[in-house]
Amino acid sequence: MTDNANTNNVVDEYQKTKNKEELKGHLISFAMMIVATLIAFGIVASGVMGKIYAIPVLVLLAVVQVAFQFYYFMHLKEKGNSMTALLIYGGIWAAALTVTGLGAITWW
Amino acid sequence: MSVTATQKRGLGSAIWDYLTTVDHKKIAHLYLAGGGLFFILGGIEALLIRIQLMKPENDFVSAGLYNEIITMHGTTMIFLAAMPLLLGLMNAAMPLQIGARDVAFPFLNSLGFWLFMLGGILLNCSWFMGGAPDAGWTAYAPLSTTSPGHGVDFYILGLQIAGAGTLMGGINFLVTIINMRAPGMTYMRMPLFTWTTFITSILILFAFPALTIGLFLLMFERLFGAAFFDVSLGGNAIIWQHLFWIFGHPEVYILILPCFGVFSDVFSTFSRKRLFGYTAMVFSTIVIAFLGFMVWAHHMFTVGLGPVANTIFSVATMAIAVPTGVKIFNWLATLWGGRITVNSAMLWSLAFIPSFTIGGMTGVMVATVAADYQYHDTYFVIAHFHYVIVGGTVFGIFAGLHYWWPKMFGRILNEALGKTAFWLFFIGFHLTFFIQHFLGLMGMPRRYWVFLEDQGLDTGNLISSIGAFFMAAGVIIFFINIIYTAAKGEKVSGDPYDGRTLEWSIASPPPHYNFKQLPLVRGLDPLWIEKMEGNGKMTPAEPLGDIHMPNNSFIPFMISFGLFIAGFGFIYHNDNMIGTIAMFGGMAIALLSMLTRSVKDDLGYHISKEELEKEAE
Amino acid sequence: MSHHDVLHPETLPAEPEKATLEGRNKYLGFWFFLGGETVLFASLFGTYISLRNSTADGPSAHDMFGLDLVFIMTILLLTSSLTSVYAMYHMKNNAFKKMMLWLGITGLLGLGFLSLEIYEFTHYITEYGFTFRSSAFGSAFYTLVGFHGGHVTFGILWLASLMIRNAKRGLNLYNAPKFNTFSLYWHFIDVVWVFVFTVVYLMGKVG
Ligand code: HEM
Ligand SMILES: [Cu+2]
Repeated sequence: MTDNANTNNVVDEYQKTKNKEELKGHLISFAMMIVATLIAFGIVASGVMGKIYAIPVLVLLAVVQVAFQFYYFMHLKEKGNSMTALLIYGGIWAAALTVTGLGAITWW
Repeated sequence: MSVTATQKRGLGSAIWDYLTTVDHKKIAHLYLAGGGLFFILGGIEALLIRIQLMKPENDFVSAGLYNEIITMHGTTMIFLAAMPLLLGLMNAAMPLQIGARDVAFPFLNSLGFWLFMLGGILLNCSWFMGGAPDAGWTAYAPLSTTSPGHGVDFYILGLQIAGAGTLMGGINFLVTIINMRAPGMTYMRMPLFTWTTFITSILILFAFPALTIGLFLLMFERLFGAAFFDVSLGGNAIIWQHLFWIFGHPEVYILILPCFGVFSDVFSTFSRKRLFGYTAMVFSTIVIAFLGFMVWAHHMFTVGLGPVANTIFSVATMAIAVPTGVKIFNWLATLWGGRITVNSAMLWSLAFIPSFTIGGMTGVMVATVAADYQYHDTYFVIAHFHYVIVGGTVFGIFAGLHYWWPKMFGRILNEALGKTAFWLFFIGFHLTFFIQHFLGLMGMPRRYWVFLEDQGLDTGNLISSIGAFFMAAGVIIFFINIIYTAAKGEKVSGDPYDGRTLEWSIASPPPHYNFKQLPLVRGLDPLWIEKMEGNGKMTPAEPLGDIHMPNNSFIPFMISFGLFIAGFGFIYHNDNMIGTIAMFGGMAIALLSMLTRSVKDDLGYHISKEELEKEAE
Repeated sequence: MSHHDVLHPETLPAEPEKATLEGRNKYLGFWFFLGGETVLFASLFGTYISLRNSTADGPSAHDMFGLDLVFIMTILLLTSSLTSVYAMYHMKNNAFKKMMLWLGITGLLGLGFLSLEIYEFTHYITEYGFTFRSSAFGSAFYTLVGFHGGHVTFGILWLASLMIRNAKRGLNLYNAPKFNTFSLYWHFIDVVWVFVFTVVYLMGKVG
């Protein structure tokens, strides 16, 4: 078995620039994720918000951050992934129902 | 490995072949054999229940044993009989229906089967190791958390292992259907059975994880001292009920939707008509699946969730009756004006319509909250779910077996025996369960060991028990039919029914690569289109060329075996050293097998063009 | 495609992880697996949320949790998500060595996260006597956070075996899908953690 690690470094230029563009997008989303995290921790550490406001905001920040992960880091937004995305929405739907059900009506 | 390997060989190599096979058609045989075995076991348990309830205050079995029998009957029938039999039919037919050479993950397919099989065996080992689980198939806490002995532990570990296998099956079918359809086979040209397999797989994917977690919590509670359901430490027993039914209600649709697919294909084939309202059939399936996730608390109306929650779940539940009704009318319209052949497959399908409709109507009745306070935990509910599960799922499985048997084995099941089995079972089924509606309305609670004399329950229970024996006779005749057919059954061509879909365009049984050349699909019911507008044969979509096939592997069995050993280990690790050793040893076997799989390249092999040409001669 | 073309391709296509049918299947199948994992974790979160106040007079979330440690853990894991993006970037450019380097960094960050988590658990046990068996809250906490930690552990082991197995092979159409699924898995672990720190720690602190 020959090592082919260096036999084929011929990814074409067009592709290279495209990959670079994409990486830039990823860096921006990473920055956004860090910002969301900082805000979330900031809200709690500073105690500026009461419980009733803080919790929805925290959840919202988490959702935004996760959307970045899914759409950019995990490429869910790309075309050809529409079936995947559809099914993942189904999963999120089932997950949301589960959390709501258990969270809301266990002690009713 | 080459084509010759599948030809004549001894028993030993046949066993080895099945232990290592990754061919969806052979895995289908395995699922059907395994599911059939557990169906017999569950059936025997059912007979024992009915013998015990044949007369008032009977002492045929003890109260404790009775609890074990009803628990194992429900658990076995749902998880180890109905589901695997359905997975068997899916494996047998779905890849052929979409014109694929195999499933997307042949290795996982095999792993899924062995996990189911060894999980089922583990669960049944409880009979010989101190007693079976006895907390009902629903295993409600705190009954399940306080049940003494190891019975419930077997339930937990057995279902955990079998459930993991099912989950893999679901993912496998999803990817197969999305990625491996033949050229021209668009989503809206897929046969209904393929569609329902697809939707069912989605349900499996999103419902089983809730059970997985529920079982983990129960296991942590029973074996590792956790306190999820322990009220004295702040726990809450209702959490189990939620998790169980978040899984459990989708599960009942997992059981029925594939059968809807079978009936659709059977009705259309034997009415010699295109399925009426194909699009509506597809969308009603999707709607049922979607709604199926929002109704679980209808099993918990009497828990005390309060009027608001109960109302929401009641309305959502009743809404499901609408898409189900759409289906019933479409089947009737398919039959309407068709040139109908009534054979065994068709008999089971025709009988399904009224039987299942009764179950649907009692479903709406129990979904009415105020009334359910009366029905809940009585024989009325037993009657309801047996009408849908037997009248729907079991009838569907029999219909599917009769329909695809010639495709799977090249021989057609005997019609006379088939019809006899049907009539015995059909009559027995209604005898057993129709009367239970009334027993329930008269107040007979479910899961009780005995009932008292002269409360108006005697005759009804006797009738019900007699019916059970009719059903057993039907099943026995069906098995005789299998043996008879294997020995002397009539051999048939690839297309015995003048079929409409792709599976009928190839030989029976199909060659192990299914399609020599992938077919070009020109519309719904592709074979029928070619029969009407073409030369009666599928046009190839590609020139004859090498075919890529997956390698057989023993690793799936080893992984499952490791988990099987580890299962015993978890159950006994608090009792003795051997348990602990089994726990770690079993996990090590499983993980090392997985590692082997991961580091060893497995690229499959090719059947060359020359070999294929030679075979044609 | 012959075996040789898969293992020793002349040139690597733009998306080597999706160039073969097996690769495409793996990609899709793994996404669906993650869909199932979503419901799995939802069940754990639901359980945790309903038991978060069931402390049975033992220590509560508010008493124990500190934000500093969780913040560092969060940054470690978030960064490791980015480094695995870099690894995939280099994979698509067919720069094998760089890919391995970034994967290595990803694994180390994961290890850092895991060590802090173990430290955290020991801290709760020794300082507060807060265990898996203390209360329903304890069971729910360790199960949820532990399930996530278990996923991290499995991920690190998986990554290590992938890197060792392919250290001398370079990229090909057979292993590219494997690296890619690993990176999907790793992102998913990060996704779950975002909800863990939000629901368990931040909301625990808020009350
Ligand atoms: C129109 C459709 C349906 C409706 C409205 C419906 C409604 C209900 C309700 C409300 C219950 C709970 C009754 C109680 O415990 O008091 C129930 C129980 C049950 N249903 Fe259905 N159902 C429907 C169809 C089905 C189908 C298609 C299946 C399976 C193939 C099924 C299987 C079951 C089972 C197994 C139980 C009992 C579980 C147990 O407690 O052990 N149902 N149904
Ligand atoms: Cu239900």
